[in-house]
Amino acid sequence: MVIGVKFMADPKIDKTAPLTHAIKVAPARRSRTIWSASAVWGLILFFSVLMLVIFGPFLTPHSPIDFIGAPFEPPSSYALLGTDTVGRDVLSRVLSGGSVILGLSAIASMLGVALGGLLGIFAGYARGLVDDGIMRLLDVLLAFPQTILVLLFVSVLGSNFWLIALLVAAIHMPQVARVIRASALRVAREDFVVFAHGIGTSPIRIIVQEILPNVASPLLVEFGLRFTYSIALIAGLSFLGLAQEPPAANWGLMVNENRIGLMQNPWPVLAPIILIALLTVGLNLLTDAYARHAGKVNAGRSSAVDLDEDDL
Amino acid sequence: MQLIDPCDETRTVSVKNLRVETTDNLKQLVEDVSLELLPGEILGVVGESGSGKTTLGLALLGHCRRGLRIGAGTIRVGGELLSDKGPSELQRLRGRLVCYVPQDPATALNPALRIRTQLAECLDKNGSGRNISLEDLLEDVMLPSGAGFLHAFPHQLSGGQLQRVAIAMAFAARPRLIVMDEPTTGLDVSTQSHVLKTVRRLCESHRVAAVYVSHDIAVVASIANRTAVVYAGRIVEMGPTASVLFDPSHPYTRALIRAVPDIDSTATVSGLAGQAPDGGADLKRCSFVPRCALAVPACRATVPPAVPVRPGHEVRCLRAADREHIHERSRLLPEETGSRSNTLLDVRQLTASHGNAKILHDITFKIRAGECVGVVGTSGSGKTTLARSLAGLHEDARGQVIYRDSELVSGTRNRDADARRSIQYIFQSPYGSLNPRRSIGASVATALSQLTTVPAAERRARVLKAFDQVALPASAIDRFPHELSGGQRQRAAIARALIVDPDFLICDEITSALDVSVQARIMELLGELQREHGLTMLFVSHNLAVVRSIAQRVLVMQHGRIVESGLTEAVLTNPSAAVTRQLLQDAPRFSCARSAEYLEEHDVV
Repeated sequence: MVIGVKFMADPKIDKTAPLTHAIKVAPARRSRTIWSASAVWGLILFFSVLMLVIFGPFLTPHSPIDFIGAPFEPPSSYALLGTDTVGRDVLSRVLSGGSVILGLSAIASMLGVALGGLLGIFAGYARGLVDDGIMRLLDVLLAFPQTILVLLFVSVLGSNFWLIALLVAAIHMPQVARVIRASALRVAREDFVVFAHGIGTSPIRIIVQEILPNVASPLLVEFGLRFTYSIALIAGLSFLGLAQEPPAANWGLMVNENRIGLMQNPWPVLAPIILIALLTVGLNLLTDAYARHAGKVNAGRSSAVDLDEDDL
Repeated sequence: MQLIDPCDETRTVSVKNLRVETTDNLKQLVEDVSLELLPGEILGVVGESGSGKTTLGLALLGHCRRGLRIGAGTIRVGGELLSDKGPSELQRLRGRLVCYVPQDPATALNPALRIRTQLAECLDKNGSGRNISLEDLLEDVMLPSGAGFLHAFPHQLSGGQLQRVAIAMAFAARPRLIVMDEPTTGLDVSTQSHVLKTVRRLCESHRVAAVYVSHDIAVVASIANRTAVVYAGRIVEMGPTASVLFDPSHPYTRALIRAVPDIDSTATVSGLAGQAPDGGADLKRCSFVPRCALAVPACRATVPPAVPVRPGHEVRCLRAADREHIHERSRLLPEETGSRSNTLLDVRQLTASHGNAKILHDITFKIRAGECVGVVGTSGSGKTTLARSLAGLHEDARGQVIYRDSELVSGTRNRDADARRSIQYIFQSPYGSLNPRRSIGASVATALSQLTTVPAAERRARVLKAFDQVALPASAIDRFPHELSGGQRQRAAIARALIVDPDFLICDEITSALDVSVQARIMELLGELQREHGLTMLFVSHNLAVVRSIAQRVLVMQHGRIVESGLTEAVLTNPSAAVTRQLLQDAPRFSCARSAEYLEEHDVV
């Protein structure tokens, strides 16, 4: 992968002869594609549940809060998944019950990854006392049992969408910060950062221009992971009735409300559980595929010793 | 399939018409390779990155990287037909019949296990039945066999020690063939010289054949009995090392030799023109045609067959017999410009430390405008710290550094913008010095926007001008570092330094991560810059030969002190410090291969 070079060793070679001047771009190799079978499955699973959550509310056969029959009626042509504990349509409630869980998880994980990432990059770049200060404070946060922490705040301050988002973000923050700090530490030692110092670039610019783009991959992977945890955590909070209150349709809440009727009609419990499972598995597969892809690409980029390997 | 000839015990290794291809059959990375090795013989395999030399070396072990397969030919080692064996049989033979020494011993040894455990495991698996003890193994490679050493973890040993442990492990089973892939590339010259001597002695005493893969023809000269030059998957020239080195018949071999600085000559190096092959042999014509100055139409019509030019010396070139085209190495001395001009940099009693450890002691020297000063020393001598202190990248430095007429403080942040612009630093590894997530153009332009007042509209033109200076094509401006080769990246790094019109360039081992042919081109570029633009340079290197080909004056460092300095020629021809003599003695050199008998027999040179 060497391009034509203008000056030449041998005077006998015609200097004006056009050498191939196009730079050969490293070809996309089959082994480096992100679309492995598991990635495709992850995408299919995640997007089908996502579509269901987004468009579900417009496709409900009944209102999700109207009583349409007796409690725990088995599936029929009128109510395809039967009725729940007070006789509402299960299908309609499933179709409209995912938005809060998904939305809240997305916002909470974005917030958590953004805050944690920022702190991690800063700690990894600054090192020394700043690093120690930030990381020890986050360790304190890490010491609290996660669910209990949320329960404590919610029971004192009352349930509120943004409060929960903030609390879940705070739970994610320390772990994200740890991972990103490790990456930032490594990047901050690279010569291109030393060079930026050398020409007098300001620390903020170094963080934004030099370090941030190079920790983008681990940040994305962390986001995927945190998203999955958030879904599980918020579904749990919903189960306890802390995210939304009855009669709102919510997958977590549905599982709790309808436990007693599991023998008569299992669908109001099973359907939300299956959807939550598909969502988390799909997301995990996607994250995993991305992480593996990013690892491969990075391995290829920093191969100082394996030129031969790379020229395959 | 051929029958195994049980009587043929003389040849340890016999390879016939070997081809290694991609599994989709598109590229032949190794094509039509035939070679034979006697017990105790060392074959050097030389070529540029991507020439297929590593693939060839691995194929001799019956191994192919993922996506490759042995497409044709036979490999026979010690009576076993490796090319015919299944994976489980190959696994049984590896370590006993054939062994491998990788480039980086730090990654070859398990960092979590003690040296004793790893050596013992190796002996258990492969050395059973033989009466070899741990002590014997270590004695072979001249390492201490005390409890302290055996108890150490790999990270506690130096690179040279690790490589010797790896070599001891390879020799443990007394295999018939050992393949070594650039085993000394990461080591400094003195360690390299030790390792090379060890390998040579062990191969002879244990009658083990070895294949030594390297991009550095000077290293191969000092170890190999025979040398094979690989280009685009084919062996283009193979013969006794002295014969290949002093009477090369293939134009590629000649160009490769011209690219390597020789410690014993003052000749400047010259790079190879054109594009290195990007893997795969040309099945219809000579692969070297696009870069060959001697090519005739016939070269485009067929693949040249291997023809002997002398007994045991074969060449794949139609024009091998055409002796008149051979050029001598150019005898251009770097010009002595220093004595006439003013002092640019005056360093007085510079000391630097890293934490509590003092690294530099009382460094005092001067650099005159327009001259190139080389700094040499073994690893750990403080030469990089010196370079970084001058550049302001090492903050913990004390002493007086007078640049032009004003004093330079330590730490770039404390210097004014003009000092930051005027002194530019180029890093050792081009793989780490460019932000992988920014385009080359953006990286180069940042220096311009930070250090100068050039308006944004003109920056692109300035970047292109700098690219032109370092012979990077304009199209590189929007590329990302991973899309360029190592040499191109280093050019980009040089362009980033040149774009701000510096007066003083500090080059820290800038060619040590590169192939010799690429190194030669970078050296040519630097020489040109010095001559045409009057750039002053501090050139740090552990390679005396490289320094000799570019620097007018040289400083030799040891343990953080300057132990010798003076004009390069004077220092190298008449060294006074012990360390200089040692460095000179350890440097790989062509003349090692010039064995007296050979020269008498064939009347060469």
